[in-house]
Amino acid sequence: MKRLAQHALFWPSVTLALLLVVNAAFNPSFLAISWRDGHLYGNLVDILNRAAPLMIVSLGMTLVIAIRGLDISVGAVVAIAATVAALLVGGGFSAEGANTSEHPLWFALGAALLAALVCGLWNGVLVVHARMQPIVATLILMVAGRGIAQLLTGGQIITVYYPPYFVLGSGFLFGLPVALWIAAGLWLVLQWLATRTALGLFIRAIGGNPDAARVAGVRAADIALCVYTFCGLAAGIAGLIISSNVKSADANSAGQLLELDAILAVTLGGTALTGGRFSLGGTVLGALIIQTLTATIYSLGVPPEVNLVVKAALVFAVMLLQSAEFRALVARVARLRAGET
Amino acid sequence: MTDRDIVLEARGISRAFPGVQALAGVDLTLRAGEVHALMGQNGAGKSTLIKVLTGLCAPDAGSIKLLGAEVAWHTPQQAQRLGISAVHQESHLLPNLSVAENICAGRYPRQPWFKGGGIDWPETRRRARDLLSRLGIDVDVTRLAGGLPAAVQQLAAVARAVAGDARVLILDEPTSSLDAGEVQALFRLIRALRDQGVAILFVTHFLDQVYEVCDRMTVLRNGRLVGEYTCGKLDARGLVAAMVGREIVEAHKSAAHAPRTQETPAALSARGLARRGALEPVDVEIRAGEVLGVAGLLGSGRTELARLLFALDPRDQGDIQVDGQPVRLEEPADALRLGLAFCPEDRKQDGIVAELSVRENIVLALQARMGLGKFLARAAQRELADRLVAALGIKTASIETPVGQLSGGNQQKAIIARWLATRPRLLILDEPTRGVDIAAKQELMGEVLKLAADGTAVLFISAEIEEVVRVSDRILVLRDRAKAGELPGDAGEDAVYSLIAGGMAAGDA
Amino acid sequence: MKHPLLPLAITVALFVAMAAFGAVRYPGFLSLQVFLNLLIDNAFLCVVAVGMTFVILSGGIDLSVGAVIALTTMISAALLQAGWNPWAVMATVLAVGAAFGALQGLLIQRFGLAPFIVTLAGMFLARGCCYLISTESMPITDTTYTAIAQARIPVGFDSSLTVGALVALLTVLAGMRLAHATGFGRTVYAVGGGEGAARLMGLPVAATRVGVYLLSGFTAALAGIVMTFYMLSGYSLHAVGLELDAIAAVVIGGTLLAGGVGYVAGTLFGVLILGIIQTLIAFDGTLSSWWTRIVVGVLLLLFCLLQRLFEGRARRTE
Repeated sequence: MKRLAQHALFWPSVTLALLLVVNAAFNPSFLAISWRDGHLYGNLVDILNRAAPLMIVSLGMTLVIAIRGLDISVGAVVAIAATVAALLVGGGFSAEGANTSEHPLWFALGAALLAALVCGLWNGVLVVHARMQPIVATLILMVAGRGIAQLLTGGQIITVYYPPYFVLGSGFLFGLPVALWIAAGLWLVLQWLATRTALGLFIRAIGGNPDAARVAGVRAADIALCVYTFCGLAAGIAGLIISSNVKSADANSAGQLLELDAILAVTLGGTALTGGRFSLGGTVLGALIIQTLTATIYSLGVPPEVNLVVKAALVFAVMLLQSAEFRALVARVARLRAGET
Repeated sequence: MTDRDIVLEARGISRAFPGVQALAGVDLTLRAGEVHALMGQNGAGKSTLIKVLTGLCAPDAGSIKLLGAEVAWHTPQQAQRLGISAVHQESHLLPNLSVAENICAGRYPRQPWFKGGGIDWPETRRRARDLLSRLGIDVDVTRLAGGLPAAVQQLAAVARAVAGDARVLILDEPTSSLDAGEVQALFRLIRALRDQGVAILFVTHFLDQVYEVCDRMTVLRNGRLVGEYTCGKLDARGLVAAMVGREIVEAHKSAAHAPRTQETPAALSARGLARRGALEPVDVEIRAGEVLGVAGLLGSGRTELARLLFALDPRDQGDIQVDGQPVRLEEPADALRLGLAFCPEDRKQDGIVAELSVRENIVLALQARMGLGKFLARAAQRELADRLVAALGIKTASIETPVGQLSGGNQQKAIIARWLATRPRLLILDEPTRGVDIAAKQELMGEVLKLAADGTAVLFISAEIEEVVRVSDRILVLRDRAKAGELPGDAGEDAVYSLIAGGMAAGDA
Repeated sequence: MKHPLLPLAITVALFVAMAAFGAVRYPGFLSLQVFLNLLIDNAFLCVVAVGMTFVILSGGIDLSVGAVIALTTMISAALLQAGWNPWAVMATVLAVGAAFGALQGLLIQRFGLAPFIVTLAGMFLARGCCYLISTESMPITDTTYTAIAQARIPVGFDSSLTVGALVALLTVLAGMRLAHATGFGRTVYAVGGGEGAARLMGLPVAATRVGVYLLSGFTAALAGIVMTFYMLSGYSLHAVGLELDAIAAVVIGGTLLAGGVGYVAGTLFGVLILGIIQTLIAFDGTLSSWWTRIVVGVLLLLFCLLQRLFEGRARRTE
């Protein structure tokens, strides 16, 4: 039991399970899953689908945090990728029907992902070569990124009328949402990279002890560039899914506050913000917790406004649990109590 | 001197950190109007003792009496209020503030209330200027401290400590960045303060300075008190022996390992290797299969030499050749590619990645050399780790145990294993036996000799002269960040001590 | 390190250059009221940026200020609707803001938590509390508030200031004095320059670190009051993203994000530069509002790169 409790995924799993139990208790049909229109249908499927973009962004963020960095520009990158894709797919409401796109779909998606990749690379260059603090370096893109996206769209919300584009955000494959397949695929690839390749070893070494990694000859600069670039790319993928889901791209609001949810998901998943220890599986659970929390608040009939307060309470709780000083304080209080009795 | 002169009396001070007994029952007595040297090698416990005295860390056991009354303090502020001031080695000044402000920070003169009661900057500057002129330091007090030479910063830091009414002044390596003239200015001040009745605890690794300015000294070794001496009664050689100790290590030079001759090509040679404030130009040449020992006291430049060779610190000048070819050596990754290996002095800071397993720590450098593209298969990693764990006798539950859970000696071996995995042509060992128990020490030394016998060039740095003499084919002696001389491996400890103690030992002996 | 006033000089020069550009390019730009409007329209930003300057000088960051401003407008509106005395309302929200900041500071100092995350959670909390009070915009009709909102202080040449702008100017002056002439202010600089060294010097590091967050919470509440004058409403979506503008103003004002170097006066000019960008875009008429974001981003980049140059040799750790 004690060993189980020490497992990295123990607390995130318990939290998620608890949330699900609460939901099931108040709304017995919450856990029901049925087969409808050729795919699975139900609250759980919905949560998985909605959580997918957050999972993807958070996975990228996990690696950045693992090397003691931070990327607060992911929301802006989501907006840029969504805008680029929507603009290139375009597909006005033409007379022949809605089935036209201005550019081939692969070209639009590729261009959007390339834009996201460049954003990530830009962050990486500022952190590695201009040696800026990660928060500052990514703050620049966070501020300017949405402006660039709005510049591209001329401030308009770009609506997409080309159905094949909607598959990403609302399509199903083998009965499950396409977005979920993408998130799961990305997770598996990253899990493989983290445990079965040199990259994973280097990331953990840099996060654990940057000085020692340097002495051991690890080229931290190259790794950091890779990780920031990947984080940008992940945000781009999320941007595609989000805009595909709402069939439009709004440069002003797409991915708003997503960076904060991503950081929260990473933290909830048990990754230390000080680097060293990271858990991709935990991050996936963290993203699910956040989405389930939102669903719970809706299903309990609690006003959705409470959501933010609950999130805040969660962050404070997780932070304090991660703090060595806090644990020491708790231990001291416990000892005092034990001494009294 | 009578007991009435005693200002501060510390008895039986002990303090343990995880895995280290930093201080074990140390006594220290400071008398009014004396300059007292605190001497000891790396890890002797000097820093911890100073931290205890200045309230930065609480002792586990022991008592401190100030003017005969037992006292306890928990913060530097409390210590300062009781008249105990310190100039610490690492923290000089705040680089973003002016010299005047650095000197007066925390005790600014105030404007009268009718002018607003804010900080009186003209008065602040005047006070700082007065103090510095008493010190004989000519510096514009309005300049930012960060823009000043290290020496001037150090003097200003001493000035800051003196500015309060200090009964006890602790100077931790105050002269390590000063030139001869500046040292004299500092000594003038130290003597003046002594004559005013201040007790001064002076920590340094420059032996000649001890004899120049100190009255008495306390020597520590491995966290224990060696003794208290009057300066006139213990010469430099005796002092070095007291600091270094004479522990006998039961390792034998293997008969098969004959010193190599000049014909063997140099695995690595460096000409005029230097870095400002760390090392004067030094030439080093190490041949394959040779153990080159580096001996010198703390601060003599021995660690700095190793860091420059491995490109951990950028060098200001010097050409490095590997196998007779000039090479690009700008960062540790270059050194790794060239077949260099480096076991750093500070295992926790620069060596292990505590969260990673023994296996991962062992393959880290090899994988770094192979790069991102090629991954050492899990099976190959296990085999390598198993082989090295067995070869070096690393005691661990499994190769998947986080290396942070191992004992100090086994962590050290794991780092050596990491480098052996890369089959280096030159292995630099900086204090590989520090904090390691006797048995592990012997095994480590045995490994060093085995490596050399297999043709690896080894640069062996240690504070323990016996060890250096025992394993080395040649010995490079450093003193005051410069080469003091080079000795053959069979020169014996006395010859090394004489070089380390410099001209003084020759005169006293 | 070059002369510490150089970044400030660059900031002021940039502002003058932008003003000159506007004066040459657009008729009617060069009037006192246009410049006073910079202060009037950005009064709350100016107030909160002064508090942010201290946080950043100490080496920290406070992301909660925008949400605290919104919370202040909501509490003010709610209490006024409940019939409280307007002056008591102001005192209450200032106390709430300061307490909110101090609590964050305590968490950061006592438990060694990252300021970024603590204040991020604080931002969630404050915004969430806004929603708990009301999701709708709450109008303020209190006579004292409307009187203050409409008051104009003539400064000659047919120009005038609002009370909010005056509060902003006074906050800047108070901030300058706090930074320059008090032990607290100097310790903020010391902590930003090197926490370890400051501690060894016996300076009250812990109290000061809590203090800067308390101050930041206080100025955020003050900015919230100024915003209530400006908007005459409480709304949970007031001041969204204002923390980023405040950070940008501080950085463009020449304060090092690493801490320890900078001036409150520079922050005033940082705010004015943000304001003049918007004014220039408004005067131009053909440029869209999103150019503001892009220009601010470019300025941030330039100033951060400049800072790297000024820092000279990089600090080894970090």
